[in-house]
Amino acid sequence: MTININWFKYSSPASFYPLAGKLTPWFFVAAALLGIWGAYISFFVAPTDAQQGEAYRIIFIHVPAAWMSMFIYVVMAFWAGVGLAFNTRLSSMVASALAPTGAMMTFVALWTGSLWGKPMWGTWWVWDARLTSELILLFLYFGFMALQAAIDDPRRADKAGAVIALVGVINVPIIYFSVKWWNTLHQGASVSLTKSPSMATTMLVGMLLMALAFWMYSIAVMLMRLRCIILERERNSDWVKDLKERQP
Amino acid sequence: MNWGGVAAFLAMGGYAGFVWGSYGVTAACMVLEIVLLTARHRAALRALPGAASRSAY
Repeated sequence: MTININWFKYSSPASFYPLAGKLTPWFFVAAALLGIWGAYISFFVAPTDAQQGEAYRIIFIHVPAAWMSMFIYVVMAFWAGVGLAFNTRLSSMVASALAPTGAMMTFVALWTGSLWGKPMWGTWWVWDARLTSELILLFLYFGFMALQAAIDDPRRADKAGAVIALVGVINVPIIYFSVKWWNTLHQGASVSLTKSPSMATTMLVGMLLMALAFWMYSIAVMLMRLRCIILERERNSDWVKDLKERQP
Repeated sequence: MNWGGVAAFLAMGGYAGFVWGSYGVTAACMVLEIVLLTARHRAALRALPGAASRSAY
């Protein structure tokens, strides 16, 4: 027996709007539970670092935020590209819904990195390859959002945004490999797919839990923003006129 | 358990400003994002055609 699910059904804003509304609370619950669990391990289970003392505990939000900043950009560029190639409205809306959260994660990665850099390196900021390419990522997010905001016709804004998003993808591997390609003050990767992690297991578990929490949070706020964008763009369509939420 | 007491926990081994500055700003960003999006959704609903005529919101 085959189960027929019409996946294309959910590619229309009208049917995705209620689905997103139902899913959002669950992603927030998952984010909260993972975040509490992760914070508990980060502060109460993971031991004090032998070299950095307690300052290293910034890692539990710094690394997840930095991962999400890059990951969200790639996902954003992917959906923007799908929207550009197949002219699907919802894909482009997903890209627009991701950008501010990606920018926020980039800011958090830079902010926490700065607060970690001061006590450990003795400086808030250096123009080394890792930090500079992450700052460029922030400007790419800002550029994407500013460009879309500057164009009145939403579909044209989607297309223009997609081009800048796709061109900017080149920056993501540059950020990731910057610590290998150049001599940087920033340390190399503590966790990678090719070798076993160079950190204590409890520290690693705390970091991964926080990363999952950040991931779930990002999905939840993306869905919230997507619902706003759908409503704002489709306000004159029939399905919005019949929307239950509108009834007092 | 790493900490002798609440004061030791808050002091973060002398790095309180850096550690709590990181966690605090991160949490504030997340809360702010949710608050702004909730307001934006409400505004989007209000801006729908015909919505203004409904006095009971």
